Amino acid sequence: MDNILHKVKKKIDDVTVSPEETVECPGCKTTQQKLKVLKNNMVCPDCGHHFRMSARTRIEFITDKNSFKELFDNLSSIDFLEFPKYKEKLETAQKNTGEKEAVVCGTARIGGIKCALFVMDPRFIMASMGSVVGEKITRTFEYAEKKRLPVVGFTASGGARMQEGVTSLMQMAKVSAAVKKHSKDCNLYITVLTDPTTGGVTASFAMQGDIILAEPKALVGFAGRRVVEQTIGKKLPDDFQSAEFLLKHGFVDAIVPRSEMVKTLSTLLKMHVKG
Amino acid sequence: MNAYEKLKTARQSGRPTSAAYIKQIFTDAIELHGDRRYGDDPAILSGIAYLGDTPVTYIGIEKGVDLQDRMKRHFGCPEPEGYRKALRLMKQAEKFSRPVICFVDTLGAYCGDEAEERGQGQAIAENIMEMSGLRTPVISVVIGEGGSGGALALATADRVYMLENAVYSVISPEGCASIIWKDSGMVEQAAECLHITARDMQHFGVAETIIKEDPKHFDKMCAALKKQLERDVDYLSSLSHDMLVDGRYKRFRKFGIYNEEEV
Ligand SMILES: [Zn+2]
Repeated sequence: MDNILHKVKKKIDDVTVSPEETVECPGCKTTQQKLKVLKNNMVCPDCGHHFRMSARTRIEFITDKNSFKELFDNLSSIDFLEFPKYKEKLETAQKNTGEKEAVVCGTARIGGIKCALFVMDPRFIMASMGSVVGEKITRTFEYAEKKRLPVVGFTASGGARMQEGVTSLMQMAKVSAAVKKHSKDCNLYITVLTDPTTGGVTASFAMQGDIILAEPKALVGFAGRRVVEQTIGKKLPDDFQSAEFLLKHGFVDAIVPRSEMVKTLSTLLKMHVKG
Repeated sequence: MNAYEKLKTARQSGRPTSAAYIKQIFTDAIELHGDRRYGDDPAILSGIAYLGDTPVTYIGIEKGVDLQDRMKRHFGCPEPEGYRKALRLMKQAEKFSRPVICFVDTLGAYCGDEAEERGQGQAIAENIMEMSGLRTPVISVVIGEGGSGGALALATADRVYMLENAVYSVISPEGCASIIWKDSGMVEQAAECLHITARDMQHFGVAETIIKEDPKHFDKMCAALKKQLERDVDYLSSLSHDMLVDGRYKRFRKFGIYNEEEV
C-alpha cells in the first residue's frame, strides 16, 4: 500500500502536469484529474484524502510568495559504514527527487511573519533520519535561536536511518538538545505531523513542539503496525496510529486540513510575535 | 568475539540484570515507584541510594530473572509510564542536586497497542529533550542491550559506559535483517553491518568507557565499575551547572558524518 501510494505521489507531485493526466485516489479509489488535485492543495476533491507532498511543493503551498530562502543545502550523505545497498539507495533517491537529502530547511514568511522552516520529504528514503537530516534540522534550530525566530517543522519519516548505524540514533539526541536550547529562550516551535511520521522522529523532535498539529488521517506512531500486531498477537483497528487516534488520546493539539494550514500557522505565529 | 556473538552474550539469560548491579554497587537503596500520571512500570527500577558517601538517583531497565518475572517486566521493554517515572526521578534528582546513574538493558521500548495509546514516542521524546538540559550529572551504563530510542531515553548522558560485551544499536539486528534482506536469518550480517559493539561505540564517540567483564567475579567487576562511577561523579559534580549542560550539548552536537561543500 505504502509503495503504491509512494509511486502515485511521485508522479502527481510533478509540476508539469497536463490536464489529461489522471490518478487514482488512495482514499476513495476514484479516478481524479491530477491537475485538479494539485490545484486543491494535493487533496482529493471528492473524499478529502491528503496526498503525500514533496518538500518543495509544500513550501510553495505554505510560505508567502518568494519568501523562502534555503539554508544548509550544501550538506550531503556519506556511506561511511559501507552499508549494503546504501550508496545505490542514496543515488536513486537523489535522482528521483532532485533533492540531496530528505529534509529542506530555510527561512520564510508565513502570513507575513518570518520563521525558520524545515520540511521533510517522504519520497527520499522515506525521509529516514541520518547524519545530514539531523545536522540540517539542528542547524535550523541553532540559527533560529540566534535570530530569535520561531521554527515551523513539517515531519514525515520512517525513523532513524539504519544505514548509518548508531550515528543516526544519536541524531535524535542532537536535534532534541537543539530544540531544548531554542525553547529555553522562549522561542516558539510548531510541528506539523504529516503522513507518515514514525519511529525515531516521533520519539524526538516531532513530539517536542510547543504546539503539535497534524494533517487529517496522517499515520503517526512509534512502533510499526506489524511489530505491534506481532507483540500483542491481534489485529489492530484501521484508525490505529492515525492523527485522529492521537488527538483522541491527547497527543496532538489539533488536526488541521491542508486548506486551513496557512491560516492556522499564520494566526499562531502572529499570536507569538514578541513585542 | 564478533558482533553477533557479543549480541548473543548481551542477551544471554543468567547475565546479571540492573537489579544485581544496583544491589552490588549502592547501599541503603530505597526504591521509588510510579510516574504520578498513570501507573508503575516494573520494567524500570528506580530510587535513591548511596554511591559511597554520595546520595544518587538510580534508574535501571530490568529484564527480570525467572520467566514469570521477565513476563511481568515485558522482558525489559519499558512502557511510557516507565520513561515518565524515570523523568520524574531525574527532575527530582535535579532539584536536590543528586547525580543520576542509569543502567540500560533493553531490546527497545515496549511495542504494545496501549503503549502507543499512551504516547510511547512522546514519552521517549520528552526524556531525551529534558535529559539534554538536566542540571545535574547523568551517567549511563549499558550493561546488556542498548536498543534504539528506548535506550537513548535513559542515555542522553554526560558519560556513557559500555560493558565489554554490551551492544548498542539504532535497530535490532533482526529488524534490520528483515528490512534489508527480507530475511530475519541474516542477523549475523546485520549485526556486523550495524557496528554495535562496545569498541564501535568508543570509536564513534557514543561511549567514553568500556568496563571489562568478569563473569566469575561479579563483585570485582562491580567494584571497578563503582570506582569509575565515583571518579566521574566527583568530576562532573565539580562543574557548574552551565558548564555541565554545555558539555552535554557538545557531547551530542558532534555526532554526524557527512559531506559539506563550501558555499
Ligand atoms: Zn478521494
